[in-house]
Amino acid sequence: MLTIAGKTFRSRLFGGTGKFSSSLVMKDALEASGCEMVTVALRRIDLKNPEDDIMSMLDRQRYLFLPNTSGARDAGEAVRLAHLARASGGGNWLKLEVTPDPRTLLPDPVETLKAAEELVKDDFIVLPYINADPILALRLQDVGTAAIMPLGSPIGTNQGILTLPQIEIIIEQARVPVVVDAGLGAPSHAAQAMEIGADAVLVNTAIAVAGDPVRMARAFAQAVEAGRTAFEAGLGKQSRRAEASSPQVGLEFLR
Amino acid sequence: MKVICNGEEQEVRTDCTVSELIVSLGLKPETVVVECDAVILKPDEYPTRQLHEGNRLELIHFVGGG
Repeated sequence: MLTIAGKTFRSRLFGGTGKFSSSLVMKDALEASGCEMVTVALRRIDLKNPEDDIMSMLDRQRYLFLPNTSGARDAGEAVRLAHLARASGGGNWLKLEVTPDPRTLLPDPVETLKAAEELVKDDFIVLPYINADPILALRLQDVGTAAIMPLGSPIGTNQGILTLPQIEIIIEQARVPVVVDAGLGAPSHAAQAMEIGADAVLVNTAIAVAGDPVRMARAFAQAVEAGRTAFEAGLGKQSRRAEASSPQVGLEFLR
Repeated sequence: MKVICNGEEQEVRTDCTVSELIVSLGLKPETVVVECDAVILKPDEYPTRQLHEGNRLELIHFVGGG
């Protein structure tokens, strides 16, 4: 079982709640995914058109809420969002993300580290979203983050794991769980992350924008389970040379 | 009197509380987090906290996100 900051999770798939066509589809897809942790965002209420409250759609007994700091462009904005999330009853778990460039949405390593340090001191359970940088991952663990969330590829791109060698190093060095987040566009991408030993994956876009989000959620759940089982079973070594699966002896009768 | 709520002017009664403002906007207080002049309010302050002329309020809530 996966344990983060003393809390255990049966499912190694974490879900996002953005981009779904309706709250009902989101609810059904999250249920089908079997996930036990879901991300949420904080925004100013549109007073002319207040949306349904997402908190009322999701069972707090079933899901641990992981508020994110999406939209923050620097450490100060991220810290402010973190405090708002905690005041909103979102708990003290936090997906820390600092993305100054709206074009790439790539995380700012300097500001992320700065915010992480402050938020850990302030008793937040910090799960930072980072580029797949093994040194930054170590630095964040040193300041006390509860997990590390390296990206496979930029948010919402569905490109899969473009950062494989770096994520392998992060996993090898990790003292806290590694959650591959962002860019996982197909169940095979999630399975790949799990096969190399990631502790969990976080998937939002690929499920939310699928033709049938509920079935896609199920497919991701199966892939995560298959990938994890394969990792635990121990994958065979890769080789550049062919190695016959059938015996190479006992062929004299053909010659 | 006037307060600024989510960037827009709102006319409220002089003794209006935060709770009353939230309800008058058709929102449920338990789903809203409020910043008043850049300070986060505790939900148990909402019923007693009175607004003052020119207060800048931000009403924030959770939405879907990844």
